[in-house]
Amino acid sequence: MPDTSVVVVGAGHCGLAMSRCLTARSVDHVVLERGEVANSWRTERWDSLRLLTPNWLTRLPGHEYDGPDPDGYMSVAEVVALLADYASAGAAPVRTGSAVRSVTAASVGSAADGFRVSTDHEEWRARGVVLASGACNTAMVPPVAEGLPAALATFTAQDYRNPDQLPDGGVLVVGASASGVQIADELRRAGRAVHLAVGEHVRLPRVYRGADILWWMEAAGILSEGLDRIDDVIRARNLPSMQLTGSGGRATLDLNALTDAGVRLYGRLAGVRDGVAQFSGSLANVRALADLKLNRLLDAVDTWARETGQPVTDPPWRPEPTRVPANPTLTLDLRAGAISSVLWATGYRADLSWVDLPLRDRRGRLVHDGGVTRHPGLYVLGMPFLRRRKSTLIDGAADDAHALTTHLLEYLGAPVSAG
Amino acid sequence: MTLAETPVDNGVNVDALLGVRDALPETPDIAKFQWRADVSWVKGTHSRTEVETFYGFNDEQRHKATYVHDADHPLAFAAEDNGITPVEYVLVALGSCLTAGIAAVAQQRKIQLRSVRATLRAGMDLHGILGADPDVRNGFDGIQVSYDIDADASAEDIRALVAQSQKRSAVYDILTNPTNVTVEVN
Repeated sequence: MPDTSVVVVGAGHCGLAMSRCLTARSVDHVVLERGEVANSWRTERWDSLRLLTPNWLTRLPGHEYDGPDPDGYMSVAEVVALLADYASAGAAPVRTGSAVRSVTAASVGSAADGFRVSTDHEEWRARGVVLASGACNTAMVPPVAEGLPAALATFTAQDYRNPDQLPDGGVLVVGASASGVQIADELRRAGRAVHLAVGEHVRLPRVYRGADILWWMEAAGILSEGLDRIDDVIRARNLPSMQLTGSGGRATLDLNALTDAGVRLYGRLAGVRDGVAQFSGSLANVRALADLKLNRLLDAVDTWARETGQPVTDPPWRPEPTRVPANPTLTLDLRAGAISSVLWATGYRADLSWVDLPLRDRRGRLVHDGGVTRHPGLYVLGMPFLRRRKSTLIDGAADDAHALTTHLLEYLGAPVSAG
Repeated sequence: MTLAETPVDNGVNVDALLGVRDALPETPDIAKFQWRADVSWVKGTHSRTEVETFYGFNDEQRHKATYVHDADHPLAFAAEDNGITPVEYVLVALGSCLTAGIAAVAQQRKIQLRSVRATLRAGMDLHGILGADPDVRNGFDGIQVSYDIDADASAEDIRALVAQSQKRSAVYDILTNPTNVTVEVN
């Protein structure tokens, strides 16, 4: 049985960032990857997707963008190339084609000591394990899906590739976060009749006063806000993704843009009864909540700008309030032929079912303190708001991997030196 | 002269509510509630509903009194108007639920309320309940709630208060989302 100090599971941006940090501290480790480096980027993304973060913000430990278009957004192919190059440049000890089948606690005598990590081919013995297999392994589909007429084609944001994949006809897109708004927009541009069910969402303009909104959030320290600044960590970790797109140049893709494009808006999909979709009557309020939250964010940005001596117009520009129908339609007959497909863009979940240790609470939520699980030596990386708001972004991996490396070194008993 | 900070008091015991929320992870069963109402037909469209007990916090609970609610239909419906109509009780329920929520959220956000007034309006087309037009639903065609709030807060913060109270309102949820209703005859 091969031995190593640390097994990192997953060679995506988080696993590779962790590997880079471990290498810098001379911690022997191996990165087990089920497919190729950046596997989910190669296999689970739609064709036109681009990163939601600008190139300059797509940083990793020891890597910064130095190309010609810092304000652009990488295509999926470019992300794959970035991660493959990053792995080679750092000589990351990645073992591809090594899907982990189980992680179990190991012991020496009667004392718990490290873990056994099994793949199809081998079993590793390691003192520490970092689960960097991603937060978006499984597309979540809500229970109301069970009521859909069997004749409808159904897709998730994970298996969607392009409009041609869907049978002719109208589409009900469920969910108006990053995936839902982008796919709804693409389907509409392809000439489809698109109906969009809108629950709670996070509205953002792509550009605010000439700069990418993420530039402002980074500069004002909002992306770096840590868990200590957050009243309700569970809520922060379950926030819907930001309504942003990288594939429309620097265009804002909010509900107003979709309305202008001819997408019809409905409330949250609340049920399906006798083949008829029922939508919540709460659209006006989720719209109000998102607009209020957006304005608070822009107020915070302006406050920072004033404090740092930057000109702020008075009154500052604010996006047009979200337009919703005065009386949104509450039902949609899914049997009548107008709708041929339903696309679920209702979030993702990490699949850690292959870890044979209790990781979740009664409600199924991953239990960890900034990535440190209850099991000494076992860590998670790449989860929403792991330690900071930016943990969700590629750029957040660096701080989180550094922090977990420090914790791991202490656990391993290695001398902690400035590095 | 010193400026003493006046504590915000909307008469809501937010600490108790948050205490319940903090206790939930350990004792999730305390959150399981059952609400009850017992109805007796009186005469015509007049009925009387008594509400006294409920279940929650792992135990049988009791209001401090038995609350009695008469419901009837107005004289214009050739009824005796012994009480408000059932649909008006829906407005009572929604308005009081949202308003309670506003007080609770204001307390938590340290906003002192001075006055909160809501007017509720709900349209209805009698073609529905009279069975005169199958395309018209029985219930409301919509509900409009309009708040006038005087509080120590900006207009934006007051709007946020009202939005949050909708997000956390049971009656708002019951009205905006489908609910399974099972009616049996013993």
